[in-house]
Amino acid sequence: MAHAVTAHTGAHGGHGAGHGGGHHDDHHDQESMKQFGFWLFLITDVILFGTLFATFVVLRLNTDGGPTGAELIELNGIIISTFLLLTSSFTSGVAVLEMHKGNKRGLILWLAITALLGASFIYLEVTEFIHLVHEGANIGTSAYWSAFFTLVGTHGLHVSVGLVWMVALMLQISRRGITPVTKRKVNIISLYWHFLDVVWIFVFTIVYLMGVM
Amino acid sequence: MEQHNAHGHESHESHGSMKSYVIGFLLSIVLTIIPLVLVMNDMLSKKATTAIILVMAVLQFAVQLIFFMHLREEQKPRYNLMALIFGLVILLTIVAGSIWIMTYNAIG
Amino acid sequence: MLDKIKEFASEFFVTGDPLILGAQVSIALSLVAIIFTLTFFKKWKWLWTEWLTSVDHKKIGIMYIIASILMLFRGGVDALLMRVQLAAPELEFLHPEHYNQIFTTHGVIMILFMAMPLMFGLFNIVVPLQIGARDVAFPFLNSLSFWMFFFGAMLFNVSFIIGGSPDAGWLAYPPLSELSGSPGLGQDFYIWGIQISGIGSLATGINFVVTILKMRAPGMKLMQMPMFVWSVLSSCITIMFAFPILTVTLFLLFLDRYLGAHFFTLDGGGNPMMYINLIWMWGHPEVYIVILPAFGIFSEVVSAFSKKKLFGYKSMVFALMSISFFSFFTWAHHFFTMGSGANVNAFFALTTMLIAIPTGVKVFNWLFTMYRGRIKFTTPMMWTVAFIPCFVVGGMTGVLLSVAPADFQFHNSYFLIAHFHQVLIGGVVFGYFAGLYYWWPKMFGFRLHEGLGKWAFWFWNIGFYVCFMPQYALGLMGMTRRVNEYDFDMGWQPLNVISTVGAFLMGLAFIFQVWQIAHSIKFYKKEKDGDAWDGRTLEWSIPSPAPLYNFARLPQVTHQDDWWEEKQRIAAGGAPKPLAPLEPIHMPKNSGIPFIMSVCWFTAGFGFVWDWKWMIVTGLAGVAVCMLARSFSYDTDYYIPVDEIERTEAALRGTK
Repeated sequence: MAHAVTAHTGAHGGHGAGHGGGHHDDHHDQESMKQFGFWLFLITDVILFGTLFATFVVLRLNTDGGPTGAELIELNGIIISTFLLLTSSFTSGVAVLEMHKGNKRGLILWLAITALLGASFIYLEVTEFIHLVHEGANIGTSAYWSAFFTLVGTHGLHVSVGLVWMVALMLQISRRGITPVTKRKVNIISLYWHFLDVVWIFVFTIVYLMGVM
Repeated sequence: MEQHNAHGHESHESHGSMKSYVIGFLLSIVLTIIPLVLVMNDMLSKKATTAIILVMAVLQFAVQLIFFMHLREEQKPRYNLMALIFGLVILLTIVAGSIWIMTYNAIG
Repeated sequence: MLDKIKEFASEFFVTGDPLILGAQVSIALSLVAIIFTLTFFKKWKWLWTEWLTSVDHKKIGIMYIIASILMLFRGGVDALLMRVQLAAPELEFLHPEHYNQIFTTHGVIMILFMAMPLMFGLFNIVVPLQIGARDVAFPFLNSLSFWMFFFGAMLFNVSFIIGGSPDAGWLAYPPLSELSGSPGLGQDFYIWGIQISGIGSLATGINFVVTILKMRAPGMKLMQMPMFVWSVLSSCITIMFAFPILTVTLFLLFLDRYLGAHFFTLDGGGNPMMYINLIWMWGHPEVYIVILPAFGIFSEVVSAFSKKKLFGYKSMVFALMSISFFSFFTWAHHFFTMGSGANVNAFFALTTMLIAIPTGVKVFNWLFTMYRGRIKFTTPMMWTVAFIPCFVVGGMTGVLLSVAPADFQFHNSYFLIAHFHQVLIGGVVFGYFAGLYYWWPKMFGFRLHEGLGKWAFWFWNIGFYVCFMPQYALGLMGMTRRVNEYDFDMGWQPLNVISTVGAFLMGLAFIFQVWQIAHSIKFYKKEKDGDAWDGRTLEWSIPSPAPLYNFARLPQVTHQDDWWEEKQRIAAGGAPKPLAPLEPIHMPKNSGIPFIMSVCWFTAGFGFVWDWKWMIVTGLAGVAVCMLARSFSYDTDYYIPVDEIERTEAALRGTK
């Protein structure tokens, strides 16, 4: 993933052989190392979601005589959320492009658009959960609904954390501008955001589409 | 000393272009719409639909990796790619292994 | 009012057991003593600036090791209490309830709060020094990992005197661990204690993978890394992929207990078997996580004290990495008896047998390294030599257990108990002891008394065989694990008495070790030379203990065992490498955030256990504030100027 290996050092040109060279080298290495570390964290998050998916799939038929997913899930809202998140994944990419152009205002603007799309996604998810609870399905209804709310909710929690983080990052960029450190942070959050979109694709496919089939 | 060389010379930037993001975005939309149409209209048998929509999801994953996360542009040694592949193998093991083991213990 | 307080206290504190009352009193007294000492000698500031906020990998390593030795003591006392009960069940030394708690805490503490931190301690101290780095990749995260472990362990341990200990076994199988089976608070302490420290372990795994892949000294190729570094890499990769599964599994159990979900309950469509399936997907890799670094330690020790290059370096690397991979494909052998069908059992029996092959390869590598070497029987070497036969027997009983049909007989019997103690003590504990003895001079700058170390060695070893060999027989005679009493007619008592004697011999061995450390501190003799054992790898090329920045100049590596090759070259008349000019060294600043954030996690965890909403909210809000505070702080590092490095180096090397 090129984000992780292209943290640019600005005007600094030739590097020494090791990482003990000059001050700039240290900084450069640090930023690219942090991006690699974050990539590894994302891989561990893949395993985390994988375990939740495994649990959901194993327990998908265990509705204990209660309501099933097919009965209660309304696909319309979910389709809207899906496109919202998909678009936000794209806009977070545009933010990165603006950053590499050195356009601070463009960067903040596109991050704000991304965050707004993410917030709408969360709004729709909360609405859906409230609807489900009114229909008589909560986390304690049956194994199926426990697995449903946990899997979908964990994804939603990740998105919410990303939103707080994005706002914090916008404040930092407006104060400090585009520096190697804020660059790395933007690269990382855009990776995180693409990752959450990927997870949602599978939630959408396995929980919702296969659920209503 | 592989990795020191790897990040020792980065004169070129490889963070993708507007073009790659737009292509990725369009592909994702198409890959989302196909399964939707299939499921909403009950066009195929259940087995076939399941298989196709899972394939679409995997393809979309690949699209995001290539066009949004620029995985192909990583420099050697490709630790990011290796970690991802290992992660996916374990992921499949967890899901498939659980399904296999638990089919014999289904309660419900 | 007073009545209310009384009522609260009787619920809050564990009451009514003289053993626990004694513990409560002694804990309160030692707390008072610690606070008094720190205040009297005005050491609070020193403690905060030098230790609690330190991001120095060497200090973090030492804190890990101290904590793990305290945990070894507690886990060991648990073991001795159980052995007393089993030697004379008719005396009813422990109530059944208390017995359940003790075997639960013994298992959890020994694996998660003793083996893991001891391992992380050695990672921290040794890995950066061996690869010629100045710290780990993420020093701040490293400090956070330690404090998360520490406060997780404290949360777990506090259940002993507050609220009640968990008693559903070390892996807390449902439905027993569900609210219906364990309505008490012990199980909640279990979940949150392990959860908090588990997040720390996961972060450590990522940290060391990045450190090893990205921070090696200039010139050091992957295939030139010391074998311990390879073993750490394989172990940390396994951590990265296994620990998220633990996090999820415990989280689901928490949801069952706290929100009334139905993942693993008997009603509501839940499936307890799923928990067992999930927990072993973490649990099996976990045992490889702790044993792999031990393999690395043995490789270092065997090569250093045979004065030979490690035999079969490449096959060793291959064996380590393939174990790390295959460890993810054997988990179902922990529950062959669950009835998953012949195909499942056959598959997992085969993978289990398969994984014994790379393990066997390594044994031959160590033997061939020793072959025709000039072996010096120092304490680290003795532990290594004792490990080999012990681990071979333990491994082979493991292969016996992997035969699925036979396992229906061995399952949950003392045969199993004897098997895993043999690989965990004979492999992990012996290995970490070898590592502790080997790297002790590097950590502290003085040696441990060899004579007392040898006494401890013999007591440990004899005690081990006396304790566990009878247990194989007891298992075959039908004694199952976790029983607290049996009839005299069963004929189990003689062997149980022998086993108990063995356990106390190991307890005696531990006392010898404490004495050894105390003695060595009392007769402190500073190491003049950083190279205590005429070692082969980079950590021996710098003074003991290493200065803050480890290497004044980053070494230029050209060989495997570079330091040894360099010494040979100079002995043969070669000129020492020319010294590059010193440059300012980039270092991370200390930070109090990891400590404070872990306290907040502890607070939130404690709140969840008691279901005190205000406390949960306070704790979690604290965690969020800490994270944001870190995100907004940009002043996180500094440079050590050249003249300061020169002064430090002159002081360290001047005596030479």
